[in-house]
Amino acid sequence: MTARLTTVRSGALTTVQDSGRRGHAHLGVPRSGALDAPAMRLANRLLGNDPDAAVLETTLTGCALRPDRAISAVVGGAHCPVTVDGRPAAWGAPVRVPAGAVLNVGTATAGVRSYVAVAGGIATEPVLGSRSTDLLSGLGPEPLRDGDVVPVGLPRSVTPSVAAPWPGPPAELVLPVRLGPRADWFAPAALRTLTSATYRVSPHSNRIGLRTEGPPLERASTGELASEGVVLGAVQVPPDGRPVVFLHDHPTTGGYPVVAVVAEPSLAAAAQAAVGTPVRFTLG
Amino acid sequence: MTESRSLTVRPAGRHALLVELPDAESTAAFHAEVLRRRAAGTLPPVEEIVPGARTVLLDGVPDPDALARGLTGWEVPRVADDDGDLVEIAVRYDGPDLADVAAAWGVAPEEVAARHTAHAHRVAFCGFAPGFAYLTGLPAELHVPRRATPRTRVPAGALALAGPYSAVYPRSTPGGWQLIGTMPDPGSLWDPTREPAALLAPGTRVRFVTADAAPGGTG
Repeated sequence: MTARLTTVRSGALTTVQDSGRRGHAHLGVPRSGALDAPAMRLANRLLGNDPDAAVLETTLTGCALRPDRAISAVVGGAHCPVTVDGRPAAWGAPVRVPAGAVLNVGTATAGVRSYVAVAGGIATEPVLGSRSTDLLSGLGPEPLRDGDVVPVGLPRSVTPSVAAPWPGPPAELVLPVRLGPRADWFAPAALRTLTSATYRVSPHSNRIGLRTEGPPLERASTGELASEGVVLGAVQVPPDGRPVVFLHDHPTTGGYPVVAVVAEPSLAAAAQAAVGTPVRFTLG
Repeated sequence: MTESRSLTVRPAGRHALLVELPDAESTAAFHAEVLRRRAAGTLPPVEEIVPGARTVLLDGVPDPDALARGLTGWEVPRVADDDGDLVEIAVRYDGPDLADVAAAWGVAPEEVAARHTAHAHRVAFCGFAPGFAYLTGLPAELHVPRRATPRTRVPAGALALAGPYSAVYPRSTPGGWQLIGTMPDPGSLWDPTREPAALLAPGTRVRFVTADAAPGGTG
C-alpha cells in the first residue's frame, strides 16, 4: 500500500511539479515544471527518488500535509521552519512523518518556493508525460486546496546519495543574458540600460514570468511584432518597457520583442528572489 | 545574425535559433522542411520546433552555431496544396459578429458561410492556449480587424476571424476576434489524453464545411 497525503493547509499556492513537459511547445503547451529545478532534484536525491520525481512546490507561506501512512519527506528550496506535529524537524534533510502526524512547512524565511519531496514521489496522473501543474494552460492537477488528497508512489529501496549543500536565496539576482533575438528593436541606449541599471523584482511576478520594476527600455521601432516562438528565460519587453523574464509556465508564442535570453541555470535563483530583490542583467 | 537569401537566423539564448522568413508562405515551407529532415533523421537534435507567423523557433539545440551554418544552405521547396493531413471541421455560421463581417466583406450575412468554406485553410502556428491554431488561407480582401473591445468570454467552439487568421476556440477564454460561427463539438480540438493531443498541429490542412442544423432542432 502506498501513502496518501491530506492537505491540511494548502498555503498561498502549492502545486505538483516535476521536470515538466517537453516537445509540445508547437501546440501551445509550456514546459512547466519546478521553477527551482536544482532544489527539486536535491530533495529527491536525499530520499533515493528519481531526481525528476514529482514534488510539491509551495509559495511563500508553505503548506501542511497529513500522511495516512508513515512517510519520509524532505523540505528544501526556500528556507522555512519545519515541524512534525508541532515539534521542530530538519529542513533540507530527510524527516520521518508518522501516519496521521502533520508535516508543517512554514512561511519562507528566505527565498520564495519551498519543495516538499516524499519518498516514492507524488503520484498524481501524468498529463502529456508530466505531473506538473501548468498555470498558464491549465494542464495537470489543480493547485492544492485544503482537504485535497495527494497520492504518493512506492518508495525505492535505494540508499540516498550524499547531497551537495543547498544554495541560499540571492541577496541580489544577477542574470547573465545573451542579446537577441530582437535586440535590434531597441535603441542602443536601451541595451545599455538593460545591462547597467538595477531593477527590482515586482510583486506581479508569478510562475509565468519574473516581472521587474525599473527604468523602461525604449524601443527603436514602433512596429508590431508578429507572433513568434519564445524560449524559457526570454526577456520580453511589453509596452510599458519593463523587462519580464519568462519562467516555466510562459506562453510558447508571443507578440512583444524579446531583447535577450537569460541562461537557464540562472532561473533557479530567479525563482527564489523575493519581491524587491535587486536584479541586474549582465552580458555573458 | 546570419542572413542567407531570404532567411535570417537570430540567436535566442545558448540553445535556440529563431529563423525568420519573409512571409507566411516561406515560413510554412521552411517549417515543412524542418519536419521532413527530422523524419528522415538528418536534422541535428532539436527539442522544440515552434512556428510563428513569420518565424520558426528551433529550441533545445546542443550546437546552435553549427545548425545555423547548416540550414543556410538548405533547398526549401514550396508547400504543395495537398501536403499535410486534412481535417474537416463542421461549423454552423451563426456567430454574433456575422453581420459585421458580412458588411466588411460586402456580402449578405447568409453568404459568409459560402465564402469562408470556399477557401482551403492551413494551420500556420499554435499558441494562446493549448489546441488554439492560427489558420491561414483567407485572401487579403477577406481579412478583418479584431473587435475594438475584446469579449471577456468567448465560448468554446467559437469560429473566429482576426487579420489573416481563422481559428476555433478550443475552450472558453477572453478574446478579441470576430465570431462568425460555432463548431458544435469542440471537445475534439484538444484532448490531452489522446495522442496527438491537438487536432490541429502546424501544417495541418483544414476544410470547413457547413454543419447540419443543431440536433433536436432547438434554438
